[in-house]
Amino acid sequence: MLKRLLASREVILLGAIGVLLALIATRFPGFVTPANLAGVFNDTSPLILLAVGQMIVILTKCIDLSVAANLALTGMVVSMINVAAPGLPIVVILLVAVGLGTALGMINGLLVWKLAIPPIVVTLGTMTIFRGMIFLLSDGKWVNSHEMSDAFKAFPRAQVLGLPMLSWIAIAAVILFTLVMTRTTLGRAFYAVGGNPHAATYTGLNVGKTQFWAFAISGALAGLTGYLWVSRYAVSYVDIAGGFELDVVAACVIGGISIAGGIGTVGGALLGALFLGVIKNALPVVNISPFWQLAISGSAIIIAVAFNARANREKGRIILKSAEHTA
Amino acid sequence: MSTTERFIPDRLQSPLATRLKSWESLLLLVAIAIFIANSFASPYFLNAWSLSDATFNFTEKAMIAFAMALLIISGEIDLSVASIIALASTAMGAALQLGAGTPVLILVGLGTGLLCGAFNGVLVTRLGLPSIVVTIGTMSLFRGISYIVLGDQAFRGYPADFAFFGQGYVFWVVSFEFVLFVLLAIIYSVVLHRTNFGRTVYAIGNNPTGALFSGIRVARVKFILFLLTGLMAGVASICLTSRLGSTRPSIATGLELEVVTMVVLGGVNILGGSGTIPGVFIAAFVMGLVTFGLGLLNVPGIVMSIVIGALLIGVIALPRLWAMWRK
Repeated sequence: MLKRLLASREVILLGAIGVLLALIATRFPGFVTPANLAGVFNDTSPLILLAVGQMIVILTKCIDLSVAANLALTGMVVSMINVAAPGLPIVVILLVAVGLGTALGMINGLLVWKLAIPPIVVTLGTMTIFRGMIFLLSDGKWVNSHEMSDAFKAFPRAQVLGLPMLSWIAIAAVILFTLVMTRTTLGRAFYAVGGNPHAATYTGLNVGKTQFWAFAISGALAGLTGYLWVSRYAVSYVDIAGGFELDVVAACVIGGISIAGGIGTVGGALLGALFLGVIKNALPVVNISPFWQLAISGSAIIIAVAFNARANREKGRIILKSAEHTA
Repeated sequence: MSTTERFIPDRLQSPLATRLKSWESLLLLVAIAIFIANSFASPYFLNAWSLSDATFNFTEKAMIAFAMALLIISGEIDLSVASIIALASTAMGAALQLGAGTPVLILVGLGTGLLCGAFNGVLVTRLGLPSIVVTIGTMSLFRGISYIVLGDQAFRGYPADFAFFGQGYVFWVVSFEFVLFVLLAIIYSVVLHRTNFGRTVYAIGNNPTGALFSGIRVARVKFILFLLTGLMAGVASICLTSRLGSTRPSIATGLELEVVTMVVLGGVNILGGSGTIPGVFIAAFVMGLVTFGLGLLNVPGIVMSIVIGALLIGVIALPRLWAMWRK
């Protein structure tokens, strides 16, 4: 029963995105041309990358609110490295970005694993600490387009088989993590730890350590996205991607990932992100002020979480109805 | 989060009262130490008017922190408080445009706070959704509505007598806000520590299912706590709007973090079940003195946020590190 509901969740979302596109197409046919849709996908790629990482964290009953700050800090560090050493090959920049992002994610993971501090507290704290560190590093200054090397800026835009590199990286991440989540022991461990921590412990899984790896993966993807973000927009400052963590959580919740852990797929995260991406890109087209966006993603979170709760409630036997309500 | 249910029921900490007692006296010592350090660090600190100014750093946040303490003790959390401030302030501004006088403005501010609290409460208690996701959603939604109403505009021109709430003094250097803060501290202390209702809050936080079986109306108590938190955010909104004299949609951004930090610093267990109002009361002074002292030393706001973030994690991490080290 549950399996079927989940399987249909992706179908429902795909349908919703289709309906959305059809509605927009009736008035603005230009929006659904392949070229524009590819543009929307490319624009949503950072959200997809972060949503995949966040999904793994949420699977293990945690939450990572520091992803946007991690992105901004890593972005600032690599752009400052680029300014200091413009000749450095992009591979090195990519390695630094992923490495630093992973390290920042591991800080979250260690605090959750070793000290058993609730993830919400840890990542609320590291969120502000990471942002503050950007200020300390940059002295509040911006790194602007003309200071970055051409190779640094060109990477995410490089066209490969008709799509920009940024899109390809998002596609690669989705494929890679679909394989990891469905075909490896680590992937299954994420589900086991979130689905039933006690049972996971008895089967020999270290719950804290598994959560640690989830944070490391989320950090790695945030770091990678940090470089892609600053190079794509060709600017880096303290507040880039401010509040983006809420969009990421929204994408996951919309994608059917249960906040209670253990339920969710990479495909769900992808579709949740695309759903938000289509809305975000369609707002200016249909002439709605961008100021609406915050309220729309907020409503989307609430509606999606209510929807998820209904879908998940049917599992198991309800012994005391009202206790289920309040617990 | 769901981790709450796993940790609370079967693990009550060592003699609770003695530990909390020592936590509060420790906090008091910290407050005194910071006070002394501040008076050495800056010649402008030890001055009645300076100190009075310093109280504005924490009074508004502390008003919310009292209600938030009760909510967190009961095992829930409200991350939307800063957005409730924004929405209540926007509603007051809109009422002002329609020609409302000060009494109506107050009613509108309090009413908006109550409505927002009720909205959170209904979603959490009626639909049984996790408060952390619901309030992340309403955090976007409430502020999003402010953005829809205001865009890049601001409401100005609040009546002269409205300024009293944020700028008025009851006598000499004692501000209205400070008096309100002390009054609320007393009221919340009595409610939490001297009434049946207060006991039920602890009972729910320690074991929601057990509380339900002992005849406590868990959902109803939680709903009231969400209402109270919303109401306090409304009160804080009135004070803040009156103090600033204008409303922008970005008002009080990130304030929820400081409120949660204040509550946790005050010795409230983030997983629910324990904590006191006097602890939060002293924590308010500690945070106010730290930020004011750093401000006098010309430390930028964003660096202060590092201190707040580190404080949030450190306050929980240090006792656990200490316990690990002693083992």
